[in-house]
Amino acid sequence: MAVLEKFVYLDNAAATRLDERVLEAMTPYFFDLYAVATSQFGYSLGVDARDALDEARARVAAALGAKPEEFIFTSGDTESSNLALKGVALALGEKKGRHIITSPIEDFPVLYSARALEKQGFRVTTVRVDETGRVDLDHLRDAITPETILISIQAANQEIGTLQDVQAIGEIAREKGVLFHTDATHSFTRVPLNVQETPVDLVTVSAHTIHGPKGIGGLYVRQGTPIRKWMDGGFQEFDLRPGVENIPGAVGFAKAVELVTPEETARLQGLRDRLIEHLLQVPHSRLNGHPVYRLPQNANISFRFVEGESLLLHLDMRGFAVSTGSACFSRSLEASHVILGIGGDHERAHGSVRFTFGRFNQESDVDAAAQAVAEVVEELRKISPLGKE
Amino acid sequence: MPLPYSELVMEHFRHPHNVGRIEDPDARAIEGSPACGDMVAVYLKVDPETQRITDIKFESYGCASNIATGSIITELAKGKTLEEARQITWKQASEALGGLPPIKAHCSVLAVDGLRAAIENYEERHGLVKEQEPTTVEFVRRRLKHVMNPVTGLDVVRTKLVEEIEVADGVVRVVIDLPADHQFANNIRDEIVEKLGHRWDVKQVEVVFTE
Repeated sequence: MAVLEKFVYLDNAAATRLDERVLEAMTPYFFDLYAVATSQFGYSLGVDARDALDEARARVAAALGAKPEEFIFTSGDTESSNLALKGVALALGEKKGRHIITSPIEDFPVLYSARALEKQGFRVTTVRVDETGRVDLDHLRDAITPETILISIQAANQEIGTLQDVQAIGEIAREKGVLFHTDATHSFTRVPLNVQETPVDLVTVSAHTIHGPKGIGGLYVRQGTPIRKWMDGGFQEFDLRPGVENIPGAVGFAKAVELVTPEETARLQGLRDRLIEHLLQVPHSRLNGHPVYRLPQNANISFRFVEGESLLLHLDMRGFAVSTGSACFSRSLEASHVILGIGGDHERAHGSVRFTFGRFNQESDVDAAAQAVAEVVEELRKISPLGKE
Repeated sequence: MPLPYSELVMEHFRHPHNVGRIEDPDARAIEGSPACGDMVAVYLKVDPETQRITDIKFESYGCASNIATGSIITELAKGKTLEEARQITWKQASEALGGLPPIKAHCSVLAVDGLRAAIENYEERHGLVKEQEPTTVEFVRRRLKHVMNPVTGLDVVRTKLVEEIEVADGVVRVVIDLPADHQFANNIRDEIVEKLGHRWDVKQVEVVFTE
């Protein structure tokens, strides 16, 4: 089906439209400066490519308050989180211990890296979260043992947008001498995180959530962090991530980072609040996640008595793209582990809809989306056996 | 299209036929639950002389394929005798819709089961049931033919996933030839429990995975 002329895209957590200025910055690195990055003793085309990579690295690292040599480019957040968990496990599993702590609502890269390590004999403790998704810090403190090598807790949740107290988690980790990794894929550049102030050792980021290209992300690795590469190949990226460097991607990522401004983020937060206000007027609706500690670009609402895939398809026919935690929509046929993880039941997961805003959304999109959602929910409730009598 | 649904499925999803509730039904049934993802209610009006279905309506809490199957199955059943309607299969419904994606088979089977359950409900209410059928290995096997393997869209019996069935003292034990951490293991287990757990002579349903 052709994309409708006026299509309102509210799934910016899944992927964002590339900003033209990002493409413009990347273009020379496909056609003119396409060589691999070589050392200063190589041919000049490769040296230019190296300079571009170094500059991009410095700029993305600076957005985290990090030094350039502490930032590794990867193919995206999935690879970054795999490297963080498996790389630390490889470095410390024999030396220190085989215990990892994480939360029940992590995104798949952390969730399944932890499960993969479990199969290798690592022990994984899942800390409790409250009904908004915030980690129970006392439980976290108690869960740490002398064998604990890593705490991996996200900065912001991919579905319900809940922000964790990364500062407090980092301080607990530091006090106990445990490494701390945080998946900041959804909060990077939108919610400030500075590694000079926050005691965090590894941070996952990605360009695809901030109008950069797909296929480029990175991992901040604090200097001196014990970590080993788990993919074998060349010696690129400080010998932690082998493979031909994605220089156009890195340049695009740096440009995407530069284009995000606090003013823009405040505007998205305004759109978010407006949508939440509208949608909570729909009967039997509720906000998932935290009302305050929340990603500025994320709204997630459950509508009782309706199922998310049907809702999503009806919205698609009206020209709106959103996401749902319904089992019917997922490839595994399982309901959102996030909604279930915060104590929600299956019905709440099936009826949950995620709206995520980006640079190209307007205020008029919010009003149109709110109206369409209210109408579709009403239509589907008419044919639902639930919620009557 | 975001999902591989046929034009016919989308048409029935957009404008479902026979949707709603019959206020004074001669029979009704609800299959599924919010926990397993989909739910369908079927209401019948039956001519007591001819045992023909004179009116039929359904309600759905479910995905597009569930709604579309509810729509088509009620169309197929309308005007048929109870005996004829009982013979309508998921395959017929699926064909009438121009095919359904395999992964969605279980959502649509639910609508077929809903129709059959409503027919049974009519027979129970009108004293047409012979004796209550005991849960035997054969009965379990028949029921398992309605549990779908989402990978193929075919039932777990036909795809030879059912390795063993035991029935003893109200405990049904089903061995499924899949690893416990298979992508759809939980899904298949929930569906098996759902199909058998409510039986009058079943106390417990155990689903065991081979690895």
